[in-house]
Amino acid sequence: MTRNARFVDERITLKYGSGGGAMRALIEQIFAKGLGDVGADGVGLAAMDDGAAIRMGDRYLVITTDSHVVQPIEFPGGDIGRLAVAGTVNDLAMMGATEPLALTCAAIIEDGFARDDLKRIWQSIRATCEEAGTTIVTGDTKVMGHGELDGIVLNTTGVGITDRLISDAGLQPGDKILVTGTMGDHGLAIMATRNELALETTLESDVAPVHTLVRRALEVAPEGVVALKDPTRGGLSSALHEMAGKSGVGIIIDETLVPLRDEVRAVGELLGIDPLVSANEGKAVFGLRPESAPAVLDAVRAHPIGRNAAIVGECVSDRPGFVVLDTGFGSRLLAEPEGELLPRIC
Amino acid sequence: MNPDAAFEQLKFRDPVRARGLRDTLHRLVRCADHAPVSIMHVCGSHEQAIAKFGLRAAFPRELQVIMGPGCPVCVTDVPEVDEAVALAKQGIRIASYGDMLRVPGTSQSLADAKAEGAKVDVVYSVTQAVELARQHDEELVFFASGFETTAVATAAVLVADPPDNFSVLSAHKYIPPVMEIVAEMPETKIEGFLAAGHAATITGSAVFEKFIERHGLPVVIAGFEPLDVLAGLVKLLEVINSGEARVENAFPRCVTRDGNVHAQKLLWRVFRPTGGRWRGIAHVPNGNLRLRDDFARYDTRRRFTIDASALWNYAPPKLVQQCQCGDIMSGIASPSDCVLFGKECTPDTPVGACMVSAEGTCKIWHQYGGRPDLRSIKRGAA
Repeated sequence: MTRNARFVDERITLKYGSGGGAMRALIEQIFAKGLGDVGADGVGLAAMDDGAAIRMGDRYLVITTDSHVVQPIEFPGGDIGRLAVAGTVNDLAMMGATEPLALTCAAIIEDGFARDDLKRIWQSIRATCEEAGTTIVTGDTKVMGHGELDGIVLNTTGVGITDRLISDAGLQPGDKILVTGTMGDHGLAIMATRNELALETTLESDVAPVHTLVRRALEVAPEGVVALKDPTRGGLSSALHEMAGKSGVGIIIDETLVPLRDEVRAVGELLGIDPLVSANEGKAVFGLRPESAPAVLDAVRAHPIGRNAAIVGECVSDRPGFVVLDTGFGSRLLAEPEGELLPRIC
Repeated sequence: MNPDAAFEQLKFRDPVRARGLRDTLHRLVRCADHAPVSIMHVCGSHEQAIAKFGLRAAFPRELQVIMGPGCPVCVTDVPEVDEAVALAKQGIRIASYGDMLRVPGTSQSLADAKAEGAKVDVVYSVTQAVELARQHDEELVFFASGFETTAVATAAVLVADPPDNFSVLSAHKYIPPVMEIVAEMPETKIEGFLAAGHAATITGSAVFEKFIERHGLPVVIAGFEPLDVLAGLVKLLEVINSGEARVENAFPRCVTRDGNVHAQKLLWRVFRPTGGRWRGIAHVPNGNLRLRDDFARYDTRRRFTIDASALWNYAPPKLVQQCQCGDIMSGIASPSDCVLFGKECTPDTPVGACMVSAEGTCKIWHQYGGRPDLRSIKRGAA
């Protein structure tokens, strides 16, 4: 991929961890070389989807893994424990595996970390597992020296089974784009706690498992849901760019239709951060065949965490790989975030 | 942000009213007896608004809206950065706005000096810099950038008896003189200016009257919401079509003819205009703001002997020689004309100052996806 040719730095810097083009270049150039082949029927490392899928008879085993580093460890609306469980459950769901069989959890802890903090984090992990209908079946513990990491790092791996795989590459011109709720909540909630401007806000992270909502949509329109992505790092913009690039379509988004909380909009203005590049941890982006769109929208809105869902755009054959934002005043390209916009938020 | 203020602001983001203004703009450009019509804005905030709201895709093809030298960080010249870097390397504590840290000097930026151990602090306001001076027993130099709007804030601090260890290294700039320079450039085909609403809140609209007499080019003052920009352009086209150069105020909710007289008095009590180079543009007579003699004790340049010569033994790298920031700020070139834009030069690894500052044209274009022609994009399946 020529657009990644410029990411050849001698050292791995923060931008390679921010989920954008730099990270994809790293996977292509180093991680996926000679690894990750799961056969023609499956989804391997090179696909750079939300997880891998291995064919087992007429079903698929879906596997996904994610490491979580966030500062602060406890934030309005959640904590690193809830994030670690929801993040992995959601990645399984984005492949179509909406019943998470089990998770693993590895904890790397900094020397001196408070036992009470650890107990609170595990209480949160237990509660989120219960909510998601899954559990942690194995794990690993390491402690590193003081200053060798910042508090705690959690890695979770999840497995699930699905009859039908959903990729993030299934879009065609004419398909509709649906978001399951307000955009940018997690990223801006974290940012507001950190910024030196000492903002007093009631912003909360949206961190939550979304698999039951996805399951409902797949029940309503088993063939109509053609692409799925969770808009985490890099927000809606990164998710749409990946979907557009892999599917070979252009996407037009009507900015005025994108659901945003008033406070997210205001804090975004204040900090100069576009909510559309800001992370979500309890949302999904759907690609839908146009005839299925109304039914899926109704089903998603009927779900408790999908009340603010909206159809926000459509796919076109023009400008494949690009995302055009119709602002209501005019149009511009939605830029793909690059580099560390908000360091370590998920 | 106060919710009422946010609500007030949203009134100026009404797409329906914008469509009306857009149609008027198209009609006015058709009415002009020539094409294209070229106008210039001189403010990074205008470029931000135009890019963020995708207004360029809504402008008539026959209207060229050119961005001028509207970014104070971008026009801060290399010797000014060198002064700050030299002081920092001498061990003096420097405070400045975040963008200023990454502006390249001859061989180093303040960020480079900081990475080598110099004491460089980022502040969000001049008052925060004064606070820092109070907290430290050592000299604190505030490297001050910004146009007349920001300079007033610096002036207000200096008349309020700041601590003795506080001084100002002024790189403040004054916009009206550079408009004269741009108006006289042989390459420019500019027929009118869109002036910055926030600066005019201080200076008043009257400051442009002499300029108009001398150059016969109309000036319209405009705000920064999408409706403000569109209304400003409509007004400017009306004035251009009328053939009579005059100043018009399309931002009356903030700007008056006389401006903020108290702020102007404060500005000129503390600062005097003096000539100096603006990076990439030209020597601008009266374009730089320096401290008056009454405030000499707070003037870093008079308090220290600054020797930046050690920084000059240096040949600029090849990339810097290809950088087109100067032409871009003069409105002669666009970022897309630059071979480095989006390739070697990105916000992560900026080559020129225009890619550093949030008000720099290249940074804005990069953030909002450049300027592809989106006027003809088709919806629906092929």
